[in-house]
Amino acid sequence: HKGNIICITEKSTVTFTRKEDSKMALRTLATRKKLKEGLGLGFQSIRGLQTFSLPDLPYDYGALEPAISGEIMQLHHQKHHQTYITNYNKALEQLEASMAKGDAPTVVKLQSAITFNGGGHVNHSVFWKNLAPVREGGGEPPKGSLGFAIDTNFGSLEALIQKMNAEGAAVQGSGWVWLGVDKELKKLVIETTANQDPLVTKGSLVPLLGIDVWEHAYYLQYKNVRPDYLKNIWKVMNWKYASEVYEKECP
Amino acid sequence: MGWSASCINPFPASSHLLVAINMSKHLKSSQIPLRKQKRAWLGNEKARCVLAYYGLQKPPYELDALEPYMSRKTLEMHWGKHHRGYLEGLNKQLAKSDVLYGYTMEELVKVTYNSGNPFPEFNNAAQVWNHDFFWESMQPGGGNEPILGLLQQIEMDFGSFTNFKEKFIEAALSLLGSGWVWLVLKRNEKRLEVVKTSNAISPLLWDDIPIISLDMWEHAYYLDYKNEKGKYVDVFMNHLVSWNMAMLRMARAQSFVNLAEPKIPVA
Repeated sequence: HKGNIICITEKSTVTFTRKEDSKMALRTLATRKKLKEGLGLGFQSIRGLQTFSLPDLPYDYGALEPAISGEIMQLHHQKHHQTYITNYNKALEQLEASMAKGDAPTVVKLQSAITFNGGGHVNHSVFWKNLAPVREGGGEPPKGSLGFAIDTNFGSLEALIQKMNAEGAAVQGSGWVWLGVDKELKKLVIETTANQDPLVTKGSLVPLLGIDVWEHAYYLQYKNVRPDYLKNIWKVMNWKYASEVYEKECP
Repeated sequence: MGWSASCINPFPASSHLLVAINMSKHLKSSQIPLRKQKRAWLGNEKARCVLAYYGLQKPPYELDALEPYMSRKTLEMHWGKHHRGYLEGLNKQLAKSDVLYGYTMEELVKVTYNSGNPFPEFNNAAQVWNHDFFWESMQPGGGNEPILGLLQQIEMDFGSFTNFKEKFIEAALSLLGSGWVWLVLKRNEKRLEVVKTSNAISPLLWDDIPIISLDMWEHAYYLDYKNEKGKYVDVFMNHLVSWNMAMLRMARAQSFVNLAEPKIPVA
């Protein structure tokens, strides 16, 4: 897009053709360096604490218009997701400290912060991959084994969409609606989770597609009309990702 | 909270119906079927009866009265769409059967909560009550501090007004997901406390008396403050909260909770 970016590190010179790749690589280098330093300096823990950072979107903020506005995408990614990550890292540090001290009450008390913020990070990371601009295949119905499985389990793609939209609209308060696959039964399921609970809290399920029905995900554009948001988000749904995950779980 | 029933008959002159009935008696002898005659008289429409069970209360100020702290657009959406939506949803649910008729809104909330196993009507009823309470918890030119007995009670139960304010703000910012923050008078402990609840839950459900509430659902602040919850909560505490209403509610609460009773330890 904006020409090649050349990164010169200690070990080698690497050329990146996409700004996003170079940003992500630099970030990984940075965290790895921190880890090494941490281990070298004080042997404060047996293994270094893995902290998390905001993953880049594989598309521009405005690329999902008009289904989801650029303003929402930017706020959602840069503010909401980043806040979950910041608070998750904070909670993990506090957890590590209290585990090292054997402070059981604090460890237990931190669980809700970890579920909420960690769940928020996990869920949103999946969510960004669930969406794709139309020109990159967003909205194209699934083919192959996932398409077949949908027809078998739900009758048709339309039926699945209708059911997910109904469940999504019925979520009271904040939460998510998921299309997942049961790892053991190898069946497709539709589930909802409250707040930022990830899909794994509902069983041995792997998320294929998730739709964020927190108000921040649609309010600026769709106001209180959540059903309209649910109807339109399918136009930018990345079925390719869902198929990949499904084929990995059910080869 | 009003309970009103109005039957809207699309044919305003009920005398038409009477005349139709009378006519039919005549016409029976001429063997014109009653139904056909009725249809000819009243047209092809069936009479429709619309019953409204609860009415939507307006906030006690104009929708733009809280500017610039809470915009008119937010009030229009929050009251006009969300609050109204809950109310109309509730009325639609109540139209199905008369099991839940005859309650005040507060009673309906407690009844539909069903001690933790809520009926489908609970969400709508509770949110209607919560929003009515919320609008009245704010006023144009609000903020500052309470005076007289309420201030004394806050200072007794929190140490200082500043301490209470900090606690309230902390509760609002640490709420995970959608919910509400309340200043509540606990009936048994006979003291004021800050309480946070999720989704539609309110302190009514454990029989305490709410004094002030703050809506922390995203729809309450997203249009004005986007993700900046802290700003919204500060603005509420400094410019919107109605201590006048809080004092009224506190005065009323004291008919039910005897705060002057000395706390004699039980042997």
